[in-house]
Amino acid sequence: MNAGTRAGGYDFVVVGGGVVGSSIAFGLAERGRRVAVLDEGDRAQRAARTNFGLVWVQSKGDGMPAYMRWTRRSADLWPAFAQRLESLTGVGIEYRKAGGLVYCLGPVEFDARREKVEQLRAQADIYGTEMIERAALERLVPGARFGPDVVGASHCPNDGHCNPLLLLKALHAALAIHGAHYLPDAPARNIVHREGRFVVDTPRGSIEAGRLVLAAGHGTPALADAIDLPAPMKAERGQILVTERCRPILPIPGSGIRQTQDGTFLIGSSKEKTGFDDSTTVAVGGRMAARAIRILPELGGIRLTRTWGGIRVLTPDNHPVYAESARCPGAFVAICHSGITLAAVHAADLAEAISGGALGPTLEAFHARRFHVPKAA
Amino acid sequence: MSDRPFDLVVIGGGPAGLAAASQARQLGLSVALVDEQPAPGGQIYRAVERAEAEGRATALGEDYRHGLGLVRAFHECGATLFASHQAWQVEPGGRVFATDGKASRLIEGRRVLVAVGAIERPVPIRGWTLPGVMSVGAAQILHKTIGLVPDAGVWIAGSGPLTLHFAAEIVAAGGRIAGILDTAHGRLPETALRHLGGVVRGWRYVARGLGYLARLRMADVRRVSGVENVEALGEGRVERVRWRSGGQWQEAPASGLLLHEGVVPNTHMTMAIGCAHDWDEAQKCFRPRTDRFGMTDVEAILVAGDCGSIGGARVAECRGRLAALGAAASLGVISAAERDRLAGPVEAEVSAHGALRGFLDDLYAPAAELCVPPDDVMVCRCEGITAGRIREAASLGCRGPNQVKSFTRCGMGPCQGRMCGPTVTATLAAALGMTPQEVGAFRIRPPLKPLRLGELAALADAEAGE
Amino acid sequence: MFRKPPEAPDAVLVEVEGRPVRVPPGASAAAAALIAGLASTRTSPVTGEPRAPYCMMGVCFECLLVIDDEPSQQGCMVTVRPGMRIRRQEGAREL
Repeated sequence: MNAGTRAGGYDFVVVGGGVVGSSIAFGLAERGRRVAVLDEGDRAQRAARTNFGLVWVQSKGDGMPAYMRWTRRSADLWPAFAQRLESLTGVGIEYRKAGGLVYCLGPVEFDARREKVEQLRAQADIYGTEMIERAALERLVPGARFGPDVVGASHCPNDGHCNPLLLLKALHAALAIHGAHYLPDAPARNIVHREGRFVVDTPRGSIEAGRLVLAAGHGTPALADAIDLPAPMKAERGQILVTERCRPILPIPGSGIRQTQDGTFLIGSSKEKTGFDDSTTVAVGGRMAARAIRILPELGGIRLTRTWGGIRVLTPDNHPVYAESARCPGAFVAICHSGITLAAVHAADLAEAISGGALGPTLEAFHARRFHVPKAA
Repeated sequence: MSDRPFDLVVIGGGPAGLAAASQARQLGLSVALVDEQPAPGGQIYRAVERAEAEGRATALGEDYRHGLGLVRAFHECGATLFASHQAWQVEPGGRVFATDGKASRLIEGRRVLVAVGAIERPVPIRGWTLPGVMSVGAAQILHKTIGLVPDAGVWIAGSGPLTLHFAAEIVAAGGRIAGILDTAHGRLPETALRHLGGVVRGWRYVARGLGYLARLRMADVRRVSGVENVEALGEGRVERVRWRSGGQWQEAPASGLLLHEGVVPNTHMTMAIGCAHDWDEAQKCFRPRTDRFGMTDVEAILVAGDCGSIGGARVAECRGRLAALGAAASLGVISAAERDRLAGPVEAEVSAHGALRGFLDDLYAPAAELCVPPDDVMVCRCEGITAGRIREAASLGCRGPNQVKSFTRCGMGPCQGRMCGPTVTATLAAALGMTPQEVGAFRIRPPLKPLRLGELAALADAEAGE
Repeated sequence: MFRKPPEAPDAVLVEVEGRPVRVPPGASAAAAALIAGLASTRTSPVTGEPRAPYCMMGVCFECLLVIDDEPSQQGCMVTVRPGMRIRRQEGAREL
């Protein structure tokens, strides 16, 4: 074992130092567990770095009420989670429970959105989403001058936003404060289950722990088989545009436009089946810009400074997978999109369950075996 | 919306781009040249036609006037010029998007030659963000374009041929400066001995340098050598300059301070395109990996001139011609044998003009304190990030510039990391005990220059049709 | 920090912070601001510090100016036109 690792070994090794892995590791460390977090280096394919920063409840979980409730639970935990992280680390993560908007351009979009909101509510009444007409929208966001096509929006008071980059920074700082070991440049190459313990091989040496959490995003499938964990995954590219800093006009984040605390606007986000190619294209950026300008025409004059392409971490039905290995007990996997929204519940309920040694009935619905059962008619 | 596809799209109208365009036209290629300035010439021959028309070119020197020939040959070669156009994205397949400041257009090329030149190495010292602190290159641009001359209270601090060249240029124009603070720490006799062959072969350049020094001596320009720790001081703008030499701190009033520590390849575009880059330890910079014709590892993308490797104007010109030969051969317009035959004399010229490079790199290597500044010095001017904040991020586990960027916003401002990138890499390498190659560079994302959102939106419909 | 340039017969009349200034043809807007003697050309939206042109070749973005009412233009990359109105950019731009 190399320098930086711990004599006496670890209770947990968490494979993956992005927001999902770091949130779980933070929760475990808060519970007194001795934790090592293995991460890639600077060029990691990191969803946490290409993220829109929404803590987003509305629209989540269609077809899976357990995920809807899980999302709402996380949103409810977020204010205390943010405060705990900030007071522990001194890193402000710019969390605001500001509500969230899905803008509707034209009556057809408005009606379609209304129908969607009703349909979601029928599955689980956890959203609190309301359809609001343009006049109400203007009262809600008095600083913004909306374009003529904006007829209204859906508004969910349980939504919010934060700075996902600073969230990751705060989590890493919190890990250090709790004595957890964050080991960068140490991507897991291989995992062996031996005599009830897990040995992870990395370029910086091997790390051993009693239990293991695999939260390696798209790195998960390559590692999961060896310890009998499921890893059903698909890749989807999202492009995001980021602008120069502007004076604040938009305190409420929206599905495709968010103004950050820095004053920059984020505009997103595409959904493309382009494999693991994370480049950006003028065609897609142009379409996103055009829609944003229809919502807020004044955006047309401000300057785009960067575009990002990121690869979403998705399962076949877009809902999270949490599972424990049957053959190698003590090995857990977490695969999900929405790592920001779920960060609070990952650091609390999920970490609590994993720390306690079993996922339990609440998380049963998230097992990957759902993909093998034929859907009921 | 696309103009017809060209055989070759050249980005950058300096010596490399101009020579490449003319050479490619001679070989029968159709050529477009995209340049951000209103008139061709690049930074080295900036506004050379205007200066000639106004009778100022001769005073700016024979080297400068050499650019006239290049520019004139270019105008006659039949290439299409997109002047005042900034290329902001290059997509695979030779798709170059460029804006004239009002609207953007797509210019397609079967080959794309990146010839965007050099930028001045950032000089992160205490007070370098104060108004009145500028780069020597900036002052020279003001002189070349409109004849602006610094006043007698302006100091020059730094090292490299440009500091002497510019000071001599100002003296020749009848100007006066407060003095030169020479930060070169390479020792001249030893360095010359180490590169004796190059010094002998590059004697013309050596003679020119000695000429600058003689002119400065004759004009009685104050020159302080062995200078370290230059600082700009003042309230709201630079008022005084402070430095250390011979172990002594000294201070003097200043109406301005011009900084220069050499130039580095402008790699923003090749990095955004995804070309492989290597750390060049001699020149202390990253540069794109190419073959002898400037071909990168990315299909259809070539590089020529100082954005590939610092060689100076005449080497850049040759490299432009070589890249044109490479492009023509790769398009099947000339055979490989013909390419090599034509390349021979050009490569001999490269070797002659480049003879002094090793000596210059060695003599004028930037001081360690400028590559790796102390904690309180501002590194990222846009976002106000100090070297200390970068080290703090490293202590949290950041292993390279990209994680540092996301934890600190360093490099996220409008300059997109141009002014801080080299310092961030060097500072991290020192803090982590890694090489610059291991630490790496910022991942550069389009647009290469901030772009009005409306311009991008206007391209959506045109692109949708394709 | 620069000597006043000799008056060119074809000087271009522009307005810098509301004051008329004659500048040589071919000057950039950033050069016009320097000729006009502006102590600084913008304040940083992050630190509030005064800033002024540094590189004059489109690299540093310190010369962001409001030109003919449009903010965030690189002053060193814009050539003056007769009647051009050049103003400092204070902090983050308005939308």
